[in-house]
Amino acid sequence: MSGQNHSSAEHYDHDAGKFGMWIFLLTELFLFGGLFLVYAVFRAKYSHDFHEAALELNTFIGTLNTVFLLTSSMTAAMALTAIQNSNRKLAVNLIIITLLFATLFMINKYFEWTHKFDFKIYPGSEVLKNLPRGELLFFGLYYMMTGLHALHVLVGMVLLSVTLFKIRKGTVNSERYLLLENSALYWHLVDLIWIFLFPLLYLIT
Amino acid sequence: MTLNNDSTHISYLEHQGKYKGLLSWLLSTDHKKIGLLYLYSIIVFFFVAAILGLLMRIELIAPGQTIMGPQAYNGMFTIHGVIMIFVIVIPGLAAVFGNFFLPILIGAKDVAFPRLNLFSYYLFLVGAILGVVSQFAGSGPPDTGWTFYVPYSAESSTNVIFALTAAFILGFSSILTGLNFIVTIHRMRAPGMTWFRMPLFPWSLYATAWIQVLATPIVGITLLMVIAERVLNIGFFDPALGGDPVLFQHLFWIYSHPAVYIMILPAMGIVTEIFPTFSQKPVFGYGAIAMSSLAIAFVGYFVWGHHMFTAGISYSSRWFFSFLTFIVAVPSAIKVFNWISTMYGGSIDLKPPLLYAISFIFLFMIGGFTGLTLGSLATNVHVHDTAFVVAHFHYIIFGGMGFAFFAGIHYWFPKMFGKMYNNRIANIAWAINFFGFNVLYFPQFIIGLQGMPRRYFDYLPQFQTGEVISTIGGFILIAGLVLMTYNLIISARRGEKAPSNPWNGVTLEWLIPSPPSLENFDVIPEIKTKPYLFARNQEKSENEIQS
Repeated sequence: MSGQNHSSAEHYDHDAGKFGMWIFLLTELFLFGGLFLVYAVFRAKYSHDFHEAALELNTFIGTLNTVFLLTSSMTAAMALTAIQNSNRKLAVNLIIITLLFATLFMINKYFEWTHKFDFKIYPGSEVLKNLPRGELLFFGLYYMMTGLHALHVLVGMVLLSVTLFKIRKGTVNSERYLLLENSALYWHLVDLIWIFLFPLLYLIT
Repeated sequence: MTLNNDSTHISYLEHQGKYKGLLSWLLSTDHKKIGLLYLYSIIVFFFVAAILGLLMRIELIAPGQTIMGPQAYNGMFTIHGVIMIFVIVIPGLAAVFGNFFLPILIGAKDVAFPRLNLFSYYLFLVGAILGVVSQFAGSGPPDTGWTFYVPYSAESSTNVIFALTAAFILGFSSILTGLNFIVTIHRMRAPGMTWFRMPLFPWSLYATAWIQVLATPIVGITLLMVIAERVLNIGFFDPALGGDPVLFQHLFWIYSHPAVYIMILPAMGIVTEIFPTFSQKPVFGYGAIAMSSLAIAFVGYFVWGHHMFTAGISYSSRWFFSFLTFIVAVPSAIKVFNWISTMYGGSIDLKPPLLYAISFIFLFMIGGFTGLTLGSLATNVHVHDTAFVVAHFHYIIFGGMGFAFFAGIHYWFPKMFGKMYNNRIANIAWAINFFGFNVLYFPQFIIGLQGMPRRYFDYLPQFQTGEVISTIGGFILIAGLVLMTYNLIISARRGEKAPSNPWNGVTLEWLIPSPPSLENFDVIPEIKTKPYLFARNQEKSENEIQS
């Protein structure tokens, strides 16, 4: 930052920023890709156990969360269009709605997890250890995948909140909206990963 | 022709920004200062890990317990490996020379994301410190080896989580650096610098950056799974809980084999810069060298199974991985032929950078050919997990990446610090290093073939001759390294002032003053020719690069 501050402020390359974000999203896909690979291996090895364990998951809550996330992805995209059209107020409201849906998703997730804890279904519990190996691995994967995904939801919420703050301050505007575009891209990734997680864990039984 | 106005030139080392003193370094987003921060950190960690290595050599000087017990020895080789691989060899060349010279070589003022670059450095520092701390804190140094094989790494009562977290953070830093370089190369090349007018070091960094971005997340998630296994008892890799330990090996090597190419590709890029300069001749086979970097990066992604020939993978996958391993030798050989052809008929100037670059070829070839011995199915079973493997990868990693690092630092030192080093001492240090290196590692090929296992603190008396020679080599090598470092440090403080182009190089870094100014170029150059046009072409090329 020594003396670079003013020159880095002059240097604003929207396309470079977006390109960097896409590469970062690619690495995120590979991160989850590792888990999908492990899922595929164990699904092939223990298909019956996976079938049994998947029946335990609550498809209704899963569907509800899918709707929440898909809608929030739409409002995030709309916020971007709003800022491009210089409609700051609308953009702020749309981001708030996005954050609300994200919060609803997390609340739902919280109840879903605690409900399982009530039945003593959590990693390392006695109940799990007595289940067939495949079911044990299914729940291990379930917690690992949805847990890592929930962490990404939280990061996305922080990103969107920072963007919200900057839109209010006016540093994100119709001329410079890279931060909003990148946050929205990140949010779409969170959504996309869920679109894969939902059928793999809840629907394919 | 000048790209800079000499009368107003202020070197980046003297430039005063918003902060003074130490903070002007720690908070600088200048790619050159960040490169030097990496350099200094890497030198410190290198000597820490080198001393651990020397202690292991002393332990092995005689059969039985000499200076440490088996548990301490296990901790030593684990931390030696973790620091050397994750802190020094993987980030090393790209972070130091890539940061410093990539923007200059492509005619840019900085990387695409300067603040992200500084952030990567701090992630690197945190990860590196965590790695060292794991040796001392908690329940004893981790003893799994740098490969963290399960189920042992899930069960060992030592400080494995620290080391896993360190590797995870260092991986994240590596991803961000790779991302930064890809965007920089795509977006920041000077006007007229088309892809095929780009010097070859940036080409190799480009290939490296893609491996960093595409392979590192896999090891990230794998390490997270091992952490989950230890903390939450999840058991992806624990056979008792239904998991599969071989699955871990797959996931680990999907990253860690390409990581070998993260280490060696920038090394190849550096020597590719050095050969034309000290032969005063255009590089032979520009296109072949550029494309072979990409080919190595691509094929290198699909050879990981050759680490697992004895792990019980299927016969067909074994010959498949063995076949691909032989294929990856082809682009490496293309590079070697091109370097030698570059020297052929050139006016060779045997300065320290070229000495290191030539010894790079020699050591890399020994490492490469023994790699084929290991990549063959039949011989692999015989030498798997022996000292032969240790010798092989030290020839590749230290003889390859390490000697290329020394070549690079001797090549670019005048540009980085604006001072010349003492040539005579540098030559002597090179001779000691080269001799010590071979005395240290060559005997390990022989005792490895005779059956000396790796990672054992004790051995049968029949191996003692080899082990003693090897330990003597260790002391010689350390002496050479100390002499080399001493020479460079003294020269950085008190050396003669370096001219802007001490080696008659023709790439962009030699057309600006030594050391460069904060923004490298007062005027961004316009590139109209291919790189590496020397001697009779030189006048022409200088006229064509207009400021």
